[in-house]
Amino acid sequence: MKLTILYFARMREAIGRSRDVVEAPATVSNLGQLRGWLISRGEPWSSAFSQVQPLRIALDHVVCADDATLRDGAEVAFFPPVTGG
Amino acid sequence: MTERWQISVQQHDFDPGAEIEALRSVAAGAIVSFVGVARDMSEDFPVERITLEHYPGMTEKSLEEIVRAAHARWNLTQVRVIHRFGELRPGDHIVLVATASSHREHAFDACRFIIDYLKTRAPFWKQESGGRGARWVQSRQSDERASQSWDGSQNLATQKR
Repeated sequence: MKLTILYFARMREAIGRSRDVVEAPATVSNLGQLRGWLISRGEPWSSAFSQVQPLRIALDHVVCADDATLRDGAEVAFFPPVTGG
Repeated sequence: MTERWQISVQQHDFDPGAEIEALRSVAAGAIVSFVGVARDMSEDFPVERITLEHYPGMTEKSLEEIVRAAHARWNLTQVRVIHRFGELRPGDHIVLVATASSHREHAFDACRFIIDYLKTRAPFWKQESGGRGARWVQSRQSDERASQSWDGSQNLATQKR
């Protein structure tokens, strides 16, 4: 499954770039599994995910919980709680 | 039919007076506005520059959802939301929320609802920098509580019947 992954704010800095395009294995079907798979790939994900907490995840522009189901071509964004206004 | 809201996410400045004046109409007996301004101190941290990052695509979508929710909940003739991104200096405008309604209670409550929701839902992040370095602004529990208060019953007085 091909996924576009975006990182914002402190998460972008921790990863060292703003975007990745990944081919996730068949074992990854939801957001929680995606995060686990990224962490299992090592750096920069393992450090970034442990440093940046709490963390929000948006799937196709909607903030979702870990059990949200991924689809091929989805856009997933990882970021800290928002601080606009 | 004219649009009942206008949302802008932009780098350049805006003129709050002109934006508020644009909401004036014979149907709108009340116009309420909130203007967020960049401060030069954040608690005890001196701020010379604010960098506002956002998530293009999601930002516009989330602001529209918030404004739609306000329209569904209160009688509003028009809503204007402007949020800036990029580099800002103390004293610069950051955000404008303006609501127009036939009655002031609806305009007041809807304006506050929109800014409270925006602060916890719209994907913007502020980084402050100055003489003591740079830091990402932390989200505040009080903002979360303000946003959640609209989910309860204490603010239902002015809702549409």
